[in-house]
Amino acid sequence: MSDAPEPHRDIDAHSGVETTGHEWDGLKELNNPAPRWWLIVWMLTIVWAIGYWVVYPSWPTLSGHTKGIAGWTQYDKLKHEQAEITQRQSGWLGKFHKASFAEIKQDPVLFEFARAGGEVVFKENCAACHGAGGEGRRGYPNLNDDDWLFGGTAEDIYNTINVGSHSTHPNTHAVAMPAFGAVMGREGMLTPAQIDDVATYVSYLRQPVASAAFTRGQAVFQQNCVSCHGEGGIGNRQMGAPRLNDAIWLYGGDKATLVQTITKGRAGVMPSWQSRMSDDSRRQVAIYVHSLGGGE
Amino acid sequence: MSQTAIAPPPTVAPSRPVYDETILKYFTIAAMFWGIAGFAVGLLIAVQMAFPDFNIPPYLTFGRLRPLHTSAVIFAFGGNVLFATSYHVVQRTCRARLFSDGLSWFTFWGYQAFILMAGLGYVFGVTQGKEYAEPEWYADLWLTIVWVAYLINFLGTLWKRQEKHIYVANWFYLAFIVTVAILHLVNNVSVPIQIGSVHSYSAWAGVQSALIQWWYGHNAVGFFLTAGFLGIMYYYIPKQANRPVYSYRLSIIHFWALIFIYIWAGPHHLLYTALPDWAQTLGMTFSIILWMPSWGGMINGMMTLSGAWHKLRDDPILQFMIIALSFYGMSTFEGPLMSIKAVNSLSHYTDWTIGHVHAGALGWVAFISFGAIYYLVPHLWKKPGMYSTRLISLHLWVATVGIVVYITSMWVAGIMQGLMWRAYNEMGFLTYSFVETVAAMHPYYIIRAIGGLLFLLGALIMVFNIWKTIASPDSVASETGTPSLTPAALPEHV
Repeated sequence: MSDAPEPHRDIDAHSGVETTGHEWDGLKELNNPAPRWWLIVWMLTIVWAIGYWVVYPSWPTLSGHTKGIAGWTQYDKLKHEQAEITQRQSGWLGKFHKASFAEIKQDPVLFEFARAGGEVVFKENCAACHGAGGEGRRGYPNLNDDDWLFGGTAEDIYNTINVGSHSTHPNTHAVAMPAFGAVMGREGMLTPAQIDDVATYVSYLRQPVASAAFTRGQAVFQQNCVSCHGEGGIGNRQMGAPRLNDAIWLYGGDKATLVQTITKGRAGVMPSWQSRMSDDSRRQVAIYVHSLGGGE
Repeated sequence: MSQTAIAPPPTVAPSRPVYDETILKYFTIAAMFWGIAGFAVGLLIAVQMAFPDFNIPPYLTFGRLRPLHTSAVIFAFGGNVLFATSYHVVQRTCRARLFSDGLSWFTFWGYQAFILMAGLGYVFGVTQGKEYAEPEWYADLWLTIVWVAYLINFLGTLWKRQEKHIYVANWFYLAFIVTVAILHLVNNVSVPIQIGSVHSYSAWAGVQSALIQWWYGHNAVGFFLTAGFLGIMYYYIPKQANRPVYSYRLSIIHFWALIFIYIWAGPHHLLYTALPDWAQTLGMTFSIILWMPSWGGMINGMMTLSGAWHKLRDDPILQFMIIALSFYGMSTFEGPLMSIKAVNSLSHYTDWTIGHVHAGALGWVAFISFGAIYYLVPHLWKKPGMYSTRLISLHLWVATVGIVVYITSMWVAGIMQGLMWRAYNEMGFLTYSFVETVAAMHPYYIIRAIGGLLFLLGALIMVFNIWKTIASPDSVASETGTPSLTPAALPEHV
């Protein structure tokens, strides 16, 4: 361009800047230099990058990569950050580790620590089934009330967390309510009429009413249900058989649901958490659940 | 203005080519069709995020519609805009008809067929599971054929050009076409799991697969959504402003810098993962070095307006283009910022990333596309201007408010989410559970959906305006009759 003869120089009338002398479809380009500040900032970013390469691991070499003078790795950083968390917990964790549930309950600070840890464990692991507030839902027990299938002391809860129900743990709770109705071609232990009667009986256990169905159902209950659910449906924790004379239902206390439950049976599943989290975490979450309101 | 006085005149008047404008009309209409579809699906999945009941299994769930949205807006809307504008620009600036009418039509129908193949696949659960590269092997092979045809058609047109030099917009288009071909081929190497199966195994595994995927993914942003649309910027902004490009030298430097540096930045998508430290460092530092080369395009576009700033006051098409450059500048600053490890450890996996992407996609890519299409439609259909300038203005403001609502809600939501995830209390326990962070996002998801709705409404206004423009009799002037809306090139070549 510099050797272009003077008469051909094309000056943009508005800015007074020379164009490159080309034109495409009416478009031209001015010959302005790139802005100086732009070049300077760009060079600064390059200088900064070179400095960063010196300090941190960066370029690959034949035998690995440059390590950087800081000796930094992301794994060291992770270790460092985890150590910081452990450090924060360590004030309490050592004490917690050795204390029994009873001792923890006596020590307000330790109890608060256990509850805080248990809440995190609960919300990340248990809330999916039992609800964020432990309120439960159909088939998944509410943990805020005092109705416990397998016991409501902190030890009982801890044990249930460890072994689960119908889980892979050798000592798992394995309570199943049998199917009393005709299922899969097998003859039922009870006829549909008997099931209907006993469902009527159970649904009125809280406020008994004199009716023929109630009386017939009572007889069926005495013969078939008392061994697990106890006299008058008071429940049996050794068996894991729910109490039936309260207003708390795992699957539903309406008659249709009761008929379904009696006909087809029930067997709730909860995984064993023993191999999934540390003993401290399991103890913490047991204390948390125990503290929700129904703990014994 | 002064161009007629000083231009080294295109004296070879007898050989003035007859441009192929029919194909441009097809691509323009296709772009608007897919754009509306893509924005609408985007709105639907935004609503699904706020209200999961809007998931309709199995076909219309978030997991299947999300790639439908991203592919529809990037490849269907963006791709058709790139075809339309690149075929327009390369003809005008080479003073040559497209290389082959046959190839032009093949790329049109072939590309629409690819879009259908890919989109139907997602809805029916056929996906490679690679972000922005979800189409399975059969669609990938077909796209390869179409893309080679595109490359030949573009190169052929450059080859037979009647201008001595290749205009800057064409450098960017060519870089986009060539690099996307390479990215596509490498990331999609795979083998069908058995003869006749639509599913495939990837040739890449583990962290290598991740690195190749994000080398692809980041450069899809770099070359499809940046280089390609800078090609648009370099033609339509000087045209609409009727001013020369600000700096030829800047365009050369930032073009080569962009091309050479962008290709390194992919690993910043994999910070604090199994990717080796050294690769993370290079991805991050090259992202920082990329900041200024990215801004080169913005500076050159904005400074092109020097001497024509007054036009910005009442030309909404130019406003679209300049707002696009502003969002481009903002998101190409935000990108390097988010690639810094300390920032990334907060922002990664949060909705801040979604906000960042949409600042670029809605603000830059869609706005520069809208500007170019508003320029193109009267030009192609031989109208004095768009049907209504006020509707262009309305579109501009509705869409701009939509974008601002969208990205600010995602900034707040994303940063809040990142802070909640990392919050530890003084006892060393996490302060929040994951589900609590999800609950905290809910209001922002609703706000985001409102932003998306506004953006979609704006695009529908545009469709109406385009339809009225095309349907109007030739002589009808635009509502306000603003002369600045008449594309500058019209008097010369029509």
